[in-house]
Amino acid sequence: MHIKTLFFGILKDITNSNSLELEIDKDINIEQFVIVLQEKFKNFPNIDAFTVAVNEKYVEKDFVIKANDIVAIIPPVSGG
Amino acid sequence: MKENISIVLTSEKLNLTTCNDFVQDHASGGIALFVGTVRNHTNGKEVKRLDFSTYEPMAIKEMYKIAEQAIEKFDISKIAIHHAVGDLEIGEVPVIISVSSAHRRAAFKACQFAIDTLKETVPIWKKEHFEDGEVWVNSHP
Repeated sequence: MHIKTLFFGILKDITNSNSLELEIDKDINIEQFVIVLQEKFKNFPNIDAFTVAVNEKYVEKDFVIKANDIVAIIPPVSGG
Repeated sequence: MKENISIVLTSEKLNLTTCNDFVQDHASGGIALFVGTVRNHTNGKEVKRLDFSTYEPMAIKEMYKIAEQAIEKFDISKIAIHHAVGDLEIGEVPVIISVSSAHRRAAFKACQFAIDTLKETVPIWKKEHFEDGEVWVNSHP
């Protein structure tokens, strides 16, 4: 299944990209998906260092990603 | 969008009068305003400018959610939450929150709730630019 991932803030610098398109062949939750990203990008942070949103909503680590979901890696926010 | 909520995320300069006028309401006894400004120092280091980036569609949703919660939690009439993105110079305004209510206490409380929650949940990131480099604010929790 196809999954699009978006990177923001410091994650943009770490991955040197704004987004990533991936094909994953099985059901996968956020925790497992982050491991895939850590294998792909050197220096990708630990899961406790950011939150994750799927289709523009915050989700927990056990959330299962579906085909065509948009996953956003959200480092600590600093608006205001 | 509900008629008592105004949410703006823009690369234009924010307008205090717009925020004030939006929440004007004859049934209200007061308006509370919070205006965030770009500070010229962090931990003793001189800041040259800030750069705000965002996950726009989600940021707008989260800002709207805060406005709805503020209306639900406090006895207020109207609320505006406006945030700027892009490069901002020292003294410029990245955020304005205005709240009107029948009584002042609810307006103050709702205004504080809105800015505190915005800083925790809205996907906006600022990068501080110094003479000798730059740093993502808050990037290490």
